[in-house]
Amino acid sequence: MLKIIVLLIGLALISFIAWWFFGKHAVATETANVTDDIQQIDIDVNGGYSPESVVLKRGVPAVMNFTRRDPSSCLDRVVFPDFGINRELPKGEKQAIQIDTTKPGEFHWACGMDMFHGKLIIK
Amino acid sequence: MSIMSRFWISLILSLPMLAEMILHPFGWMLPGGEWTMLVLTTLIMAVSAGPFWQSAWASFKKHHSNMDTLVAIGTATAYFYSVYAMITHQAVFFESAAFVTTFVLLGQVFEERMRHNASNAVEKLVNLQAKEAEVLRNGELVKVPLSEVAVGDLIRVKPGEKIAVDGVITKGSSAVDESMVTGESMPVEKHAGDHVIGSTLNSNGTFMFKAEKVGDETMLSQIVALVKKAQNSHAPIQKLTDQVSNIFVPIVLILSVLTFLVWYVFLGTSVASALIFAVSVVVIACPCALGLATPTALMVGTGRSAKMGILIKNGEVLEAVNDVTTVVFDKTGTITMGKPEVTDIVGNQAQVLSLAASLEANSEHPLASAILAQAKAKGIVPAPVADFQAIEGQGVQANVDGQLAFVGNDKLLVDYSIDEALKKRAVNLQLAAKTVVFVGRGHQVIGLIAIQDAPKPTSKEAIAALKARGLKTVMLTGDNKRVAVAIAEQVGIDAVIADVLPADKADHVAELQKTGKVAFVGDGINDAPALTVADVGIAMGSGTDIAIESGGIVLVKNDLRDVDRALAISQKTFKRIKLNLFWAFVYNVLGIPVAAGIFYGIGLTLSPELAGLAMAFSSLSVVTSSVLLNRAKITSHVNEAV
Repeated sequence: MLKIIVLLIGLALISFIAWWFFGKHAVATETANVTDDIQQIDIDVNGGYSPESVVLKRGVPAVMNFTRRDPSSCLDRVVFPDFGINRELPKGEKQAIQIDTTKPGEFHWACGMDMFHGKLIIK
Repeated sequence: MSIMSRFWISLILSLPMLAEMILHPFGWMLPGGEWTMLVLTTLIMAVSAGPFWQSAWASFKKHHSNMDTLVAIGTATAYFYSVYAMITHQAVFFESAAFVTTFVLLGQVFEERMRHNASNAVEKLVNLQAKEAEVLRNGELVKVPLSEVAVGDLIRVKPGEKIAVDGVITKGSSAVDESMVTGESMPVEKHAGDHVIGSTLNSNGTFMFKAEKVGDETMLSQIVALVKKAQNSHAPIQKLTDQVSNIFVPIVLILSVLTFLVWYVFLGTSVASALIFAVSVVVIACPCALGLATPTALMVGTGRSAKMGILIKNGEVLEAVNDVTTVVFDKTGTITMGKPEVTDIVGNQAQVLSLAASLEANSEHPLASAILAQAKAKGIVPAPVADFQAIEGQGVQANVDGQLAFVGNDKLLVDYSIDEALKKRAVNLQLAAKTVVFVGRGHQVIGLIAIQDAPKPTSKEAIAALKARGLKTVMLTGDNKRVAVAIAEQVGIDAVIADVLPADKADHVAELQKTGKVAFVGDGINDAPALTVADVGIAMGSGTDIAIESGGIVLVKNDLRDVDRALAISQKTFKRIKLNLFWAFVYNVLGIPVAAGIFYGIGLTLSPELAGLAMAFSSLSVVTSSVLLNRAKITSHVNEAV
């Protein structure tokens, strides 16, 4: 009897894991604030990136401020392959990364190990 | 708290438990027994493993998972079960939680250091820059910081000093060591009028030069920007790991639950042993090794090639190089020196040269400069012309003294007449690898000018090296077939495609692509389309900016032998990526079943501690293998292998 209960709990756990990680969940998207002809956006790095998807206006100089709160060394770098940016994110420090917004398109950024991803849309 | 201090804390607190484990068979007991273990492990969990939990929870909330998720779940399961077991007086395994934490942190300490090594090579290049320069201001030489040097400044460089920015020597001469930028080890003699590159080292002479490019415009800055981009680019092979890493951790968690269920429910083992198998599965799985395999090798490989004067622009190019079967070369400036000289003039020397010089005075063709140089040497002043017209791929024509005159190649001959003797002379000159230019007035050819562009001394060796690699070599040129074949024979090229109009080069490359992947080596503006169309475009560093922009690989040293070296290092790097991926997959594909106890029947199992150790060293070994790429021997078929 006990074994059947354990089995059911185990299967429920598996379903939960599958739903939680593979199911469709909304992604936080934010548009940068434009002040004094410069657009800025703060990205919180904690178990991933918040927001995970950023929209920037084309042609306006942009700065993305990454602040890492997560202790994991997984997230200790941020890489923008399309822009040749690979920046160290010391824990708790705000790192300003300038983005070239001259070309429109969809770009991606990732952590140093390519485990966490973020999306950058310039339009 | 840094990883380093977290590691030391967990190591020191684990030592008593390690002693207990080793000395237990000899009758030694840890003072305090299980209670001491509980205290030590609780401290490790709170201080050293705490951050794993923090990170795991933060990503869990975002529907993400990472390595920390696995470590946190693995250690916590072992810990909390042991607490429960202690209360119910069963066997505990606190030490598993403690040792796994220690090992994982040990792996991270090393890995962090290695990753730092892998990424810092290029940043060191920037530090090569001179800090200040001696600039002429108001008639006096003053030292100013590098950032204040402006375009047009006159700068003095003394022996042993670094050249601050890019520019042209105005006075004096010296030998300059350019190895940091071009990879060329021999110092280069520089005189007034020669270009110097910022950050290179002046050896023996003193000279003045005029700054032409400063700040981000300098060659070094451009190279650094290019290499950085390459190092962080994605190789197509990575797409596979990207997909795997997204689903990896949840899959492992599911496997771990299944492992527990199979052992406990179906095979009827105790809760403790079923849990140990489940924990081992969680702990041995290592998504990081997969994620690190490609980027670290790419970073080291492109960094090393940059030091050799070979700039590989991205991972895509690096991967494409591996399938190249044909290498196509442009002739002028790539295989040959690109400095054509007039060798023979047939007909009335003064008359022919004077007419040709007058017509070519307005032309930008490389052959025109050879004719003008010869005219200048002979003291001939070009006469004014009217109605100048360039006919693409054929030549030029204009009115001289009221009469139509022309200079061009044999394609122009359709409209003009030439006598047999001249025709024969032309063929003979072409067979001697000389380009023949026909000069005429009215409708009659009055003379010939033979121009030769000798092959570079290194071309032959470079081609031989590529052939030794089993590649087919092809020369693509707008030049006459006979000239092209003669040059091809001198340097040993397999096939020649001659008489190609500049606009058609790309089409010929596309045609060759039907039989396999093609690399194109070129330097001119007219080569840009072919460089783009080819699977791998290799631009000579001396080439025009547009050629360098279009190429996927840039040979800074301008040495054709670097084509072979570029292929060698690309292949080496790509092989290393594949090796890394292989190991990363093997770790997981073999490790997980073993940890799950599938081979229990033949006595092969993994305790959580060993699983933790294996996991820690899987990512470490991948990164180490990438860093070792810096030392790996690059087998090139050319001399002075690097």
